[in-house]
Order: sequence, then structure tokens, then C-alpha cells
Amino acid sequence: MLKNILASREALLMGAIIVLLGLVATRFPSFITPENLASVFNDTSPLILLAIGQMIVILTKCIDLSVAANLALTGMVVAMINVVAPDVPVVVIIIVAIGLGTLMGAFNGILVWKLDIPPIVVTLGTMTIFRGIIFLISDGKWVNSHEMTDAFKAFPRAEFFGVPTMSWTAIFVLITFTIVMTRTTMGRSFYAVGGNPHAATYTGINVGKSQFLAFTISGALAGLTGYLWVSRYAVAYVDIAGGFELDVVAACVIGGVSIAGGIGSVGGAVLGALFLGVIKNALPVINVSPFWQLAISGTAIIIAVAFNARANRDKGRIILKSAEQAQ
Amino acid sequence: MMSQKKIKPEHEPVPPVLALEGVTKTFPGVKALSDIKLELFPGQVTALVGENGAGKSTVVKILTGIYHPNSGSILLNGIPTTFRTPQSASDAGITAIHQETVLFDELSVAENIFLGHAPRGRFGLIDWPEMESRAAEILMSIGAEISPSTKLSDLGIANKHLVAISRALSIDAQVVIMDEPTASLSHKEIEELYELIEKLKTQGKSILFISHKFDEIFRIADRYTVFRDGQLIGEGLIDDVGEAELVKMMVGRDVDQIFPKRSSDVGKTVLSVEDYCHPTEFADIEFNLHKGEILGFYGLVGAGRSELMQALFGITKPSSGIVQIDGIGVSIMSPAEAVANGIVYVPEDRGKQGAITDLPIFQNITLPSLGRTSKNGLLRLAEEFKLAREYTQRLDLRAASLDTNVGNLSGGNQQKVVIAKWLATQPKVIILDEPTKGIDIGSKAAVHEFMAELASQGLAVIMVSSEIPEILGMSDRVIVMRDGRMVAELTGNDLSPEILVRYAAGINEEGCEHAC
Repeated sequence: MLKNILASREALLMGAIIVLLGLVATRFPSFITPENLASVFNDTSPLILLAIGQMIVILTKCIDLSVAANLALTGMVVAMINVVAPDVPVVVIIIVAIGLGTLMGAFNGILVWKLDIPPIVVTLGTMTIFRGIIFLISDGKWVNSHEMTDAFKAFPRAEFFGVPTMSWTAIFVLITFTIVMTRTTMGRSFYAVGGNPHAATYTGINVGKSQFLAFTISGALAGLTGYLWVSRYAVAYVDIAGGFELDVVAACVIGGVSIAGGIGSVGGAVLGALFLGVIKNALPVINVSPFWQLAISGTAIIIAVAFNARANRDKGRIILKSAEQAQ
Repeated sequence: MMSQKKIKPEHEPVPPVLALEGVTKTFPGVKALSDIKLELFPGQVTALVGENGAGKSTVVKILTGIYHPNSGSILLNGIPTTFRTPQSASDAGITAIHQETVLFDELSVAENIFLGHAPRGRFGLIDWPEMESRAAEILMSIGAEISPSTKLSDLGIANKHLVAISRALSIDAQVVIMDEPTASLSHKEIEELYELIEKLKTQGKSILFISHKFDEIFRIADRYTVFRDGQLIGEGLIDDVGEAELVKMMVGRDVDQIFPKRSSDVGKTVLSVEDYCHPTEFADIEFNLHKGEILGFYGLVGAGRSELMQALFGITKPSSGIVQIDGIGVSIMSPAEAVANGIVYVPEDRGKQGAITDLPIFQNITLPSLGRTSKNGLLRLAEEFKLAREYTQRLDLRAASLDTNVGNLSGGNQQKVVIAKWLATQPKVIILDEPTKGIDIGSKAAVHEFMAELASQGLAVIMVSSEIPEILGMSDRVIVMRDGRMVAELTGNDLSPEILVRYAAGINEEGCEHAC
């Protein structure tokens, strides 16, 4: 049992992050002070939130490319609500953000479930649609910091026990979905659907509905992140988080989520996001150019995938009884 | 008894085009073919007859260079030869048309016919006009009215067969192997196939025709060869043999497998099905299933047995019919509803439809029973392990740990996991589709024993099987299906291999009924 835990992907990834931090520390020791690490975590929180949603979607053999556009549209809508109706309390704003994101996710899910359109096509389409809607409702204009109320901007920065709400949100979602994925019937069915859709059907699980639920969860998290993003950076415009969906998918892949579905964990996705977060925050302080950052992230993705492919390689049929016992 | 029905193509000393002599093929633990002989003559159709597992497909694979015999020789026009690869068999003029044709939907008819050996023009590029005109020629020669430039996906299944046959002719085949070519064809299409076979005969091609259907064999074949358990049982001219004799050769053996003895005292009706129809797959199904009973479903592949079971399990939707469980009418629209109503189904294709190989044993077993292992919406691991342990012990499944992924288990153990999964739902009816297909003899006996035990514990069991000994050895009652309909319900003394095969293959003995 212990051996299994030590050899797990999560443990390996954790090790890789620690090695990375060690390397950075040799050049720039203050990077690994607790305050700085906490700030890296806080910076990475949006990526963590989206990666958890994406991980569930990928687990069911789908992909959600519309998460960043969903985030941007939700962010724009709540920013505009804040401008027009400054009295609306933040709690309501957050509920609206989650609700709107959920609707967009559910829209993806319905198309995949009821119309049987391949997920990559659906979300490529809705990604463009969502971005287009932002332009339509905002006329391409920015919502700037001075237009937003202080309460709207303060929420993600408010600190409890020295940790900002942004980080607390990520921690709360991490814990919630760890429980959902390991301890609920719904979580188990996501694994079954991705692992073998035929068998899942024959077991009485509705595959399309599970995929719909996965998209809806991903959408809800994207909506929540939309508010956090816009309020933290105090700006909303058409192109915020442009291309961020690829970082999200990359975090999942690095975190050991199988792109073929059925394999992955919340912890893995979070570690994958943190790995990318550390690279993004550490390389500038040790004077590595942003172009190297991209190359390093890309290399990390390929290494992670190659590693997982090796681990998952089909071992062939087990015929010998002795071989089975040895497993 | 020399009948004069057909003019025999009897220039007797004509040597066979292709012959197998004393061929033996063994697989680890199994002797698939033992010292067999097979001769194919020019301009003649030889029917290869035998039950499932008689060795027919092994012969086809040897003739097409996929398998290599352990001993014995392949004679091509009298000269010993070996087929190292499928390509070398094809170069020797041997081609096979399979049940499901292997063609490319997105390519044109001409491309399909000449794929891999297209005529080349200058610079080694494909000579399209030449290819199309040659394709048209071949298609015309078999009387197929298909344009060579049509995309294959625009053709029906029968025309696809014609393209497959044209492809066979394009390589100038001497020997054409047809493996159950009529399985997916309609009546009219079958007639067209017969005409085509006649044409091929006049062109001097030699045809090996594999079929389970006796009317076809007597209609089209000139010669027959019967295999049973990998051995040659008989061969000769079709005119010299009768149906009864052929059936006897095919199945006539001592049942050498031992099946568990059980007292067949059946209880009350658990499942009753009436007027059960499906738009395309089956019609007029009607039967009762009792507590403690094993009901066998026998039929040829494609008779609609699995399709019927899938409808009962809610995978497909029937068009009409009444299903009652314990006397109460139910409408099952999804597998989840079937499970809730106490019907479970162990599919034939366990690898694809049964187990989720990336999940550990215990999670596979508890998957349909998660409601029982959770409390306040949260799963309880301890309960899950308890349930999984209970049923793995009942099935004597030995694995290092219930945490092991199912993908790491052997086929027999994966089967046990799938069965354990369903038993854990405490069903009333368990449907086993080809439960021993592809598992070794030792495991087969274990599955049989286990099935008997389930029935004795009061479970109602439906067993779909294509293996006659299994059907006879295990069932209390047997329903035979053919072409989507029930053709017989047999018990007691009616249960004999001959009778089963007669009904399943549609050997016309109701002739009297019609006449009377």
C-alpha cells in the first residue's frame, strides 16, 4: 500500500515540484519563503479552479475548450452589473457568476449529450460564441478599476488567517471535489464512463448525462473564476484569459489525467496546475526569458504524457496464473 | 444411392487446385486441427460443414496464410507450398470473402477493387482510366450493375459483397473462400449471390463455401467436407448424402464434457414475456422463466438472441410487447431500470462491455450497488470492500488485493468480476450471453458449476449459447431462435443435437405441415 502511494503519479509530480523549487532556491533563495510560496499559490488559484473542472470533463472522454471564454464572459457580465448597479451585494454577484457559468457549461453538455456532437467541436464553437458575446455586450470597451466598487474588488483580496479569499476558494473547491470524486456515486460514475463507456452503459450508467454533468461542473467553476479574475485584476475586457484554456488542459495532462479518459485525480490536476504556476512565477525571478518559459512548459507536458503513456502501456493479456498473482 | 438430380462435373481424375494433406495445427493446450484433409476442385463448390469450434476458421486462416500448420502440407496444383504471409497466399490466387466485408467506405468502388495492386502508369502513378475500365470489366463479368466511380458508402450491403467478390477476381483468384457469406444478406440478395457463384464456377474458380444453413449447402455445393472437433469426419459428393446424415456427422458424438447434476425443480414464474417485438431485430417472442430454472437460448449467430436480451435489459427499445416480473407489468427503458427491476445481463463481449479495466476490482463490483454502500450521499469504503469481498469469495476469485485494477486480471477472473458485480445487486433474473466463449475448459467447468449453483439458489437464469453440449448439458428448457423468431421450445426427450440443429438451421421438416 505504502509502495503504491510512493509510486503514484501524484507523489512523483510532488517530487518534481520540490526539485524545481530547490533548483530555483539555489539561484534565488527567497523564492521558497512561506510568504512567497503562498503568493505563488494565490496566483495559481484560477488555474487550479479551472483544472479541477477540466479534469472531470477529460475524465469522461471529453474536453472543454470554452472554459477561458466562459470565464471572460462571466467576468464581463458581473463587472457590468457592478457598474450599472453598484448596490448589488458581492454574494449576489458570486451567485450570478456561478449561475451564468453553470448555464454555459450546461449548454456545452446538452450539445454533447443530446446532439452527439464531438466535445472538441462543441466547445471550440462555444468558445468563439462566448468571446463574441463579450464584444457585443461591451461594445469592445473595457471595464476599468475606477468603475468597479471597492466591495467588488475587495473580496478576493480579503484575508483570513493571513491567506486571501482567492486561495481559500481554491482550497475549498479542492477539498469539496476530492470528496465528490472519491466518495460519491456521481464521482465514481465519471471514472466508469471514461474508463469504458460501453461497460458503463451496461451497468446502468447514463453516459451522456454524466458527460453533461461534467461540463456543467466545469462551467460553474469557470463562472466562479470569472468573477475572481475580474475583481482581482480589476479589469474586464474581451480578451482576458485568452488562450488560458490550453494552460488548463496542460495542467491536467501534467497532473496525470489521461486524455483518453478514465484516469485522473483532483490532486493530480491541482499539482499539475501548481507545477505550471511555479514555472511561471520562478523563471522571471531567475532571469529566464518568457520564451524559455513556454519551451519549458511544453517540455514538461511532453515528458508527462510520455511518462503516463509508458505507465499505461497495454501489458497484453495475462495468461500465466503466476503472472497474475505477481501483479 | 446415386441420384441423378445434378449433372456431376465428373472428369474424375481432375486434380485438386488446392489441397491440405495431413494438416495438424495446435495452440497451447488445444489441438485445433488434427491430421485433416481438404481438397478443392476447379469449377466446384465445396461446402465446409461443422459446429462452432470444429476448426473451420482455423482452416481458412491456414489457407490464407494467417496461421501456419504444425505439420502436413499444402498442395497448390499438386506442388507442396507454404504461405508465409497473407500476401503470399493472395499471390498464389487464394482469396477470402469474410462475413463482414473488409472494405473502405470512403473510397470508390474501383479503388476498393484495386487497392494494393492498382495498375500503374508513368512515374509509378496510378493509372486511373485503366483502373476504372478494368474495374468496370470485372463488375460486368459478374453481372453487377455498379459504376466503378461510386463511393462505397453509397452502396448497400449486397453490392458491397459484389465489390468484395470483384476484388477477389481482380487478383485473378483461383480459389475463393466464402465464410458465411449470406449471414447479413436478404433473401433476394442471396439469390443473386447464388447466380454469381454459378458464374464463378463456369469460369473454373474453385470455391470453399462455409455455412451453417443446410438449404444453402444443398442448393449450391457440389461437394461437402465435415469437420468435428478438428477432425475430418466425412467428405464426398453432396448428391450422395442426405441432410440427416450430414447433421449426424456434424454433431454425432458422445457428450464428453461433464456437466453438474442438478435437480430441476422449478418454482413460480419470475419473468414472463408476451408479444415482444422489435422493429428490425426480432418478433413475436413469448416465454416464461421460472425461479430456479436455466433457460437456454440456442440459434445460429445472427438469429437475434443477443438482440432480444439487450432489449430485455433496456439497451434497445422494443416496438411492442408485455414484460412482467413476478406478475407485475414493467416497462424497462434503460439498463438502470432493468437492474432496479432485478434483471441483469452479462454481455458476450466482456472486454468491451463488461469490466472497467482502469478501476480496481472492488469499484467494479460495487458500481451498480453504490446506493447500498453509501450513507448520507457519501460512499463508505469499508462497506464497499465488505460487499466486494463477500461476492469475490462466493465466486472463488483469487486476487492479491481487491485494490488490483481489473485490467491486471486474466480473462476468466475478469468474467468473475462482471458476474460478481451483478450478483451484488441481488437480481431475480440473470442473463448470461455466451458465458464460456473464449475461456479454457477448466474455467468452463467452473462457470457451469457456478451457473447450476445460482439456479439452485433460486435465481432464474437465461443462458444464450451457441455450443450444443453446453445448451444440452445445462438447460432445463431450450428455446431455439431463427431469423429473429422463436422456432421451437424444447424439453426432455426433444433435446437432442440433431433436433436443435434442424430447427436452428431451418431444415425444412414442416414441409408436411404446409402440405397438409
